[in-house]
Amino acid sequence: MAPELEAGIDTMMKVADPMLPQPFRIRRVKRETADTFTMDLDPPGEARAFSFAPGQFNMLYVFGVGEVPVSISGDPDKTETLVHTTRAVGAVTEAMQGLQSGDSIGVRGPFGRGWPVEEARGKDIVLVAGGIGLAPLRPALYRVLARRDEYGKVVLLYGARTPADILYRRELESWRARFDLEVYVTVDRALAERNRSSWRGNVGVVTSLIQRVAFDPLEVMAILCGPEVMMRFTIMELEKRGVSGSDIYLSMERNMKCAIGFCGHCQYGPSFICKDGPVFSYHEISDLFAKREV
Amino acid sequence: MKPQNEKSAIIERADFQALLDALIDRGYRVVGPTLSEGAIVYDELTAASDLPIGWTDEQEAGFYRIKKRDDSSLFGYTVGPHSWKKFLHPPVLRLWQARREGNGFQIIAEQEEPQKFAFIGVRSCELHAIAIQDKVFTGGNYVDPYYKSHRDRLFIVAINCGEAGNTCFCVSMNTGPKASFGFDLALTEILEDGRHYFVVEAGTEAGREVLQEIEHRTASDEEIEAAERRVENAATQMGRNMDTSGIKELLYRNHENPRWTEVASRCLTCANCTLVCPTCFCSTVEDTTDLTGDHAERWRKWDSCFTMDFSYIHGGSVRSSSKSRYRQWMTHKLASWIDQFDSSGCVGCGRCITWCPVGIDITEEVRAIRESENE
Repeated sequence: MAPELEAGIDTMMKVADPMLPQPFRIRRVKRETADTFTMDLDPPGEARAFSFAPGQFNMLYVFGVGEVPVSISGDPDKTETLVHTTRAVGAVTEAMQGLQSGDSIGVRGPFGRGWPVEEARGKDIVLVAGGIGLAPLRPALYRVLARRDEYGKVVLLYGARTPADILYRRELESWRARFDLEVYVTVDRALAERNRSSWRGNVGVVTSLIQRVAFDPLEVMAILCGPEVMMRFTIMELEKRGVSGSDIYLSMERNMKCAIGFCGHCQYGPSFICKDGPVFSYHEISDLFAKREV
Repeated sequence: MKPQNEKSAIIERADFQALLDALIDRGYRVVGPTLSEGAIVYDELTAASDLPIGWTDEQEAGFYRIKKRDDSSLFGYTVGPHSWKKFLHPPVLRLWQARREGNGFQIIAEQEEPQKFAFIGVRSCELHAIAIQDKVFTGGNYVDPYYKSHRDRLFIVAINCGEAGNTCFCVSMNTGPKASFGFDLALTEILEDGRHYFVVEAGTEAGREVLQEIEHRTASDEEIEAAERRVENAATQMGRNMDTSGIKELLYRNHENPRWTEVASRCLTCANCTLVCPTCFCSTVEDTTDLTGDHAERWRKWDSCFTMDFSYIHGGSVRSSSKSRYRQWMTHKLASWIDQFDSSGCVGCGRCITWCPVGIDITEEVRAIRESENE
């Protein structure tokens, strides 16, 4: 974590109770796919701003239901809006899905260590996302695109289960129209309505795209987010290309109750995903990554 | 600051009540060992007679019995199923409430005035356990406000162990039996030659002030020696021992070891060990509402890495086998804890051995893994 960010947390959180959520007003809810939705939230208070680093997450509380960790998926340079894209997979996220514009949601955060995009300046950037994993990567891509001149090639590889599961579809299309960004999208299977598929894009796992793209394996930062098995095979492909484990970053997911290192749930070997992660370099966790039931 | 060459003091048994009175007068809620439901547990004390006078305990793996002593010691036993964490990190705690307002809600923080606790009879291993939890809850970027406010106001009367139990191994963990830090007053109880008294050492200014209010006198060299003999006696009575050399590396390299499967065949994943452990700190939160749905609360409760739910993320539990859950507990306690907090998470109190319903012994498990490397 950057020293200034650490110092910020130090002064901010040591005084306040880090377990108290703050109600944020929901400005807009947008359905993304059948089971994912994006909420734009208005930060409360005088400042009406929410600053975060790409890759950080918040704990989101639905009144009376519970709290879950959700990565921040908006633009880090647009602090007037806090954006979360969530997949409805459990009691809390399903209740969250029912919230509407004008409702409130509790927010604690931002927590954790994000993507080291500042340190990657001058390098090529390869972002590899699977499914909802595109949401935590998007702030990093926004940040890189906002300072596009400072980076080399920028490549986004994205895999979804089916064409209907593709997240941020319009935005992907507009990104793909850019000359300074390479975007490849693939789906696991393309059978759609009545066995007739309108999908004319790539079919196959996202890892199969890695061999297609050109980047400098010695001057690259790879940023991965998706299911662990997808990240595992992505790392294998990147290593085949000669990318070092210390240039590969991935976001880990574990059960979390507090996000501040007290509840113990998110332990991953010696690390607490909440405060030492969720972003790790592969070099840091390669020993654990190969082990089962850590 | 401790004055140079400060001599220990003597409090006679007859004046022990004055110590409790002095603390109660100062507004402390005095808690300490007392007899309840066949065990020595930590609860409110109002008088010295609330202590388990003349009782001791007998402990073995999966075995705990109290029995009568042939003297009237106040502290003639070792540690029971409770630890002090129940006061500083309560098993159940309301974190906040929330009230629905329009289509939003308001969070209401807890406003309770923190209690001033005085702990009576804290063992050296337990001082180490409190120091370990201090690191967890106050040593990082975030501070647990409940823990800190109670910890800051805490008064600790330690008791040096004169006898050790069959599941004790503080000598192996360098955590006892003599209280070496972290107390306001430390007592050694002596019953010798028909006399019954306490050799008292003050560790803080607060301790010295309380001592001044109680009938005491300067200890003689003979009395100080008698106290040292008590502690030496306890040190020789350790019922268990653990070789901790290179233990972090040992457990890290034995993530795969047949012993985990073997111990999992006995382990009931009941979580007793994590509940009795004085350093285990994991918790979960529960959100509730009343019947109107307009009032919500969040409660924090002790949790255990032995449950399936503990590691649940959508799609399933990360540690679905009991083998992986036992391995997580023991590897965390003895190895990754060192990386996280710069000390072992084990203080050698032996509670997990005594209170395991099937008698799993952490010292035996470490030994088995160590020996498996020599086979």
